[in-house]
Amino acid sequence: MDLLNNLALGFGVAFTGQNLIYAFVGCLLGTLIGVLPGIGPVATIAMLLPATYALPPVAALIMLAGIYYGAQYGGSTTAILVNLPGESSSVVTVIDGYQMARKGRAGPALAAAGLGSFFAGCVGTLILAAFAPPLTEVAFKFGPAEYFSLMILGLIGAVVLASGSLLKAVAMIVLGLLMGLVGTDVNSGVARFSFDIPELTDGIGFVAIAMGVFGYGEIITNLAQSDEDREVFTAKVEGLFPTKEDFRNMIPAVLRGTALGSALGILPGGGALLAAFAAYTIEKKTKLRPGEVPFGQGNIRGVAAPEAANNAGAQTSFIPLLTLGIPPNAVMALMVGAMTIHNIQPGPQVMTSNPELFWGLIASMWIGNAMLIILNLPLIGIWIKLLTVPYRWLFPSIVLFCAIGVYSTNNNTFDIWMVGGFGFIGYLFNKLGVEPAPLLLGFILGPMMEENLRRALLLSRGDWSVFVTRPLSAGLLAAALLLLIIVLLPAVKNKREEAFVED
Amino acid sequence: MKIKSQKDFFAGLMFMVVGVAFAWGATTYSVGSGARMGPGYFPLMLGILLALIGSVITFKALVVETEGGDKIGAWAWKPLFFILAANFLFGILLGGLPSIGLPAMGMILGIYALVIISSLAGNEFSLKGVLGLSTILAIGSYLAFVVLLKLQFPVWPSFITG
Repeated sequence: MDLLNNLALGFGVAFTGQNLIYAFVGCLLGTLIGVLPGIGPVATIAMLLPATYALPPVAALIMLAGIYYGAQYGGSTTAILVNLPGESSSVVTVIDGYQMARKGRAGPALAAAGLGSFFAGCVGTLILAAFAPPLTEVAFKFGPAEYFSLMILGLIGAVVLASGSLLKAVAMIVLGLLMGLVGTDVNSGVARFSFDIPELTDGIGFVAIAMGVFGYGEIITNLAQSDEDREVFTAKVEGLFPTKEDFRNMIPAVLRGTALGSALGILPGGGALLAAFAAYTIEKKTKLRPGEVPFGQGNIRGVAAPEAANNAGAQTSFIPLLTLGIPPNAVMALMVGAMTIHNIQPGPQVMTSNPELFWGLIASMWIGNAMLIILNLPLIGIWIKLLTVPYRWLFPSIVLFCAIGVYSTNNNTFDIWMVGGFGFIGYLFNKLGVEPAPLLLGFILGPMMEENLRRALLLSRGDWSVFVTRPLSAGLLAAALLLLIIVLLPAVKNKREEAFVED
Repeated sequence: MKIKSQKDFFAGLMFMVVGVAFAWGATTYSVGSGARMGPGYFPLMLGILLALIGSVITFKALVVETEGGDKIGAWAWKPLFFILAANFLFGILLGGLPSIGLPAMGMILGIYALVIISSLAGNEFSLKGVLGLSTILAIGSYLAFVVLLKLQFPVWPSFITG
């Protein structure tokens, strides 16, 4: 069995004492920061990235995977306890999770989220391990035209799922693509849009964008709200473990969520978010068992299913990243940036040229998931304590960690000026009601898109029809078009708006 | 003409301005043709696209009715100013400003300055609490970043360490 051999190789790499410690530390730090209200996974990962700089690539990736899962789980904790979704995909968890917490059942809600996520993560890892090699084969058949079309599909997929105005999300992507082009053009060596600033010829640092827009921007927005808007749940959490009845309700919901999440996560563009919404909708449609709490009032299925779907989707969304090198969402875009810092260019070649790294990463994802359960279920009490830390102590610390973190990316104060500028831009975005996540995705994809467009048109001698005459490329573009049409259909449009206001 | 959605109107305007700026900047580089793209080709295309989308957003903001006019609302100048000021001051203290001959003051002083200034952005401010927080963060950062992660920081003012 190839699959088993590969997984064995991966676990051999990941199961060294040192790497286990990195996975553990990553999970711990990720949860620690992710649980703080008002900090989503993107900001968390950006903030903790510098902690991995000094490590060898495999260890760094393992730690990053730990940070990633920790941040995700920390986000769910905040969502359930504070009614504050740190990211869009935990928006649905909030609905029933917070109601459970208000009824004193925060423990079972957190446990359901944790156990559901763990199960979904295990399944997702297996799917990832099974599907990555054949998909990599396909990836080698991809020419520049196919890559370009795939990125279009990915970007369209990302906006379709973004909340709010479709048009503004598209504009943000284009803005991100443009910002990604700042710096030296690889083909001609011309420094574009650098205003003769030497630091800008290397391009804008993505850590500065992520921290400025997501970190500073959100702090300023939070501070602008009065204290009453931030209702923090501090009542006692009793009875951590779900009851037998809870398990009976939970298990089918987790199974459904996992299946849905695994399938939807592979799609380029925010699959995890779609999966969480779809899973919640399905649970809502299934009949309530006698004596079950209705949805919206603290039904455990309303927590377990979307969390499982979310995590399964998050897991399988590594598939496009690892096989094609294309990040399907903002968090993954950040992971690409992190890998590039460690001199790893994600893509089909990673698996063949560096199998230890590839399978080690996959194994470490599973370890990261397991670590979360070990770490978080016993430590829920501590995370809840952390939520009671007053915001007036929290935000100066966040500003400090952002400033130090961004400085350490290049040991250059220029990055500190940049992060301040992007903090202002982030607040401006917030004021104008535009979502920043598509910007980050566009930013990472900008140079890749230009390169592939350039190569495709060079090969076709400037003939644009190459994108529709090559069958694979045409198929991808057709899928993108189909997605757009579906979203613009009046019936779906109304449903979509409905889904996003339902909280 | 009345603006029906203030947020969209200004968002559209922003996209238009930025798009035009990028497109205009791109024309200063060689644009080339599809088969042989110059450095200006892709940014020019995207800049025009962004400006177009921006104009559609602005147009819709003038035509399509929204509830309550979608007001932008008051700017939170206070947190905006203090958070950004704290950030910039930290940078100046950490690295110094060679252009005006200001020496680097190091991370520890920078942390105190950052925490004090950024705390002013909040609603309540107690000097004692803030100094305590700065001290904890200074020691914590020193241990975490300098001792444990071995990142290169100027820790103390350059005229002390030489």
